[in-house]
Amino acid sequence: MKKRKITVAVTGLNNIDSPGPGVPVIRGILDSKNFDAKIIGLAYENLEPGIYMKNLTKKSYQIPYPSAGSDALMKRIEYINKKEKIDVLIPNFDAELYTFMKSVDKLKAIGIHTFLPTLEQFEERHKSVLPDFGKKYKLNVPRGKTLFAEVDINSLAKDFKYPLLIKGKFYDAYIAHSPEQAKIYFHRISSKWGLPVIVQEYIKGTEVNVVAIGDGGGNTIGAVPMRKQYITDKGKAWAGITLDDENMLKLTRTLIKKTNWRGGMELELIRTEKNKYYLIEINPRLPAWVYLAVGAGQNLPEVLVKLALGKKVKPLKKYTVGKLFIRYSYDLICDIEDFEKLSVYAEL
Amino acid sequence: MKINKKIAISESGFVFDSHSGDSYSINPIAAEILELIKSGKSRDEIKNSLLEKYNVTVPVLEKSLDEFMDTLKKLNIISK
Repeated sequence: MKKRKITVAVTGLNNIDSPGPGVPVIRGILDSKNFDAKIIGLAYENLEPGIYMKNLTKKSYQIPYPSAGSDALMKRIEYINKKEKIDVLIPNFDAELYTFMKSVDKLKAIGIHTFLPTLEQFEERHKSVLPDFGKKYKLNVPRGKTLFAEVDINSLAKDFKYPLLIKGKFYDAYIAHSPEQAKIYFHRISSKWGLPVIVQEYIKGTEVNVVAIGDGGGNTIGAVPMRKQYITDKGKAWAGITLDDENMLKLTRTLIKKTNWRGGMELELIRTEKNKYYLIEINPRLPAWVYLAVGAGQNLPEVLVKLALGKKVKPLKKYTVGKLFIRYSYDLICDIEDFEKLSVYAEL
Repeated sequence: MKINKKIAISESGFVFDSHSGDSYSINPIAAEILELIKSGKSRDEIKNSLLEKYNVTVPVLEKSLDEFMDTLKKLNIISK
């Protein structure tokens, strides 16, 4: 079969100890039997490893941080698009999604397709409003509260028992066993990710995850459940295994159906000893472990590209149970000229 | 007593629970016991089979077998 030539721009090239999903998303797209993809890397920092992986990214450009606003981002994307003629753009950071979602129509007008959640879907699954989300869609979620000041921690003992989870609005989570610890984590998180900081009831159990894609019409196009086998001190999976868990898949399908979820997602769940499932987080994008799904038989990055291009995709139902991923670090040897080009011209 | 549906046991004595993602390496006698459970044998039948084959007293075998069965139940590898 002749492969269709396309150009796909991807962010999240920070394949570091707390990796972004860009590199595994690219690997999935390059594995596609349908597409002959040219990958354009979009990076915020000039040392994001994906920029220098010449077998993955044909060219990379620096883009402005989301805090610069959507106008600055669009200006840069328009410049890149003039040179590269991007067919599909896949943003992979939680913190940038809002800016890209606001620019979907402008992107479409210049021929760039995306397949992102709607603003409503994005907003209502925020950690800070997860209890309301659970109530609305009849899902078990831990009780939670948003904190705007350190002083709020003093009154937590009225409604919660320690240990508690202290979470950033985008990333980071710590278990606090006392108000003193909660205050330390409050400051650590708020200085990095801003306010509010989220407090969540600690549910004892095993953390399990699902990577999935919804077509925006209530259908689940793919879903693979996984358990982390090895977790780093940053709480990231360094190894994981696909599971045979119909309850997790059912929960995923129900959630996608009820919310008409559009795009990739990662569900973070706690499975208790009594086999009860609590939804602790919804990440509105494919996760960094998505290549496990590809290895298990569901090429979800490829599916995302197809959906972005408006193709109908038959739901993928099968995957291999007991497929493992084991992450590793690898030293890329690069020339200073490459680093120089990116630093001076913001493209490589 | 039966081995749960989501449990896979390989010839090498590797047990994988596809529901929880847990895996265990077991010794040859443990593998033999699991094989006997798989073939539908009761606790007493397993006990007699092991007594015939190994040089062990009844109390020692019973204690070890019961402890092992309890562990298998706790780990959701077998159920009644």
